Amino acid sequence: MFGIETASGPEGAALIIGLVLVEALILYVGYGALERLLGPTLTRILRGE
Amino acid sequence: MELFGVAVTLLLTFAGFGVLIGLLFGFFGMGGSFLVTPALLVMGYPTDVAVASGLAFVFGTSVIATLKHRDLGQVDYKLGVLMIAGTTAGIEVGKMGLHWLQDIGLADTVVSVAYVALLGGIGVFITYTALKGDGGGGVSHDADGEVDADDIPDIAKKIQSYRVPPMMKLRGGVRVSLWMILIVAFFTGLLSGFLGVGGGFIRMPALFYLIGVPVPVAVGTDLFEIVFSGGIGSFLYAIDGAVDFAIVAPLLAGSAGGARLGAAATSLVDEDDIKVYFGVMLLLGAIAVAVRKIGGVIEMPVLDTVALAIIIGAALLVSGAVVVSSVRELRTERAESTVQTAD
Repeated sequence: MFGIETASGPEGAALIIGLVLVEALILYVGYGALERLLGPTLTRILRGE
Repeated sequence: MELFGVAVTLLLTFAGFGVLIGLLFGFFGMGGSFLVTPALLVMGYPTDVAVASGLAFVFGTSVIATLKHRDLGQVDYKLGVLMIAGTTAGIEVGKMGLHWLQDIGLADTVVSVAYVALLGGIGVFITYTALKGDGGGGVSHDADGEVDADDIPDIAKKIQSYRVPPMMKLRGGVRVSLWMILIVAFFTGLLSGFLGVGGGFIRMPALFYLIGVPVPVAVGTDLFEIVFSGGIGSFLYAIDGAVDFAIVAPLLAGSAGGARLGAAATSLVDEDDIKVYFGVMLLLGAIAVAVRKIGGVIEMPVLDTVALAIIIGAALLVSGAVVVSSVRELRTERAESTVQTAD
């Protein structure tokens, strides 16, 4: 994926782990926004209102 | 059809599996590599890729789950840093013990038996005490409030009674000696290094049963520690090129959503229910590990698939129970607020 599957060595390792960290932070912010947007509606549905 | 050179069906499979793992990880603070690595091995990935990618995925998921638990006030950073220090020292000593066993040719047998016994033993203990309701049966989700003395396990009360300065005040109003925290951390690290496992299933119960912090804080603080252990571990594997981003990226995308749901569920589900689910997960995990080890000894590869089926079945069962309990709790809250309004 993105041509970095075989990245190795300290620089390659830092690149891959850095990418995982960036993806995690983007997902945290993205899902957080989604939660704020849809959370109350979803909670109301689950509460049976 | 391919996306970034990877089959879309494979990406969707990993993403779906990620949701399931994320839910359990966010709820219990453990279970990432425990579920991912065996699944990747059965799918035919080489061992180093399965272990390394599982670890990198655990790192990413623990970052997300820790941030979510932080939002809920369930991470004790002071306790987390002390646990990291004590655990690191314990892991080094545990590894020495493992090398000594390797030298005398007993490592595989001793570690396998100890792993299954510990996993199963903790599972039985947690399930038994939670079902018996010894912890007072109370619901303690408020990480900042004072913990009810009846909710603190007897062993933790004993450990808290050793008032060797300096004393630390932890979330939940718990006061415990710094030295006691370091000793508990050292022994959890020792077991973790000896067994060659991440140790979430050892640390989370240790934080609750030995230190006495509330379960949601134990989960949040354990996750905080996994950010560091997972990050360092996956970096070391990535130096050898063993981390496959095509596996990690879709798993993480799925688990990010699941981890939010799991972390939110810890604030809804009764604390004793969390313990029962955790205990059942460990028990089924112990059975799965035993089946896989037996398969290796008698050279029956089909038992690897049976073990994986038990693990995935347990994950589905427990995550389903978590979702049902959370929805039930939401509906109970609504019914209670309706009654109060009517009064």
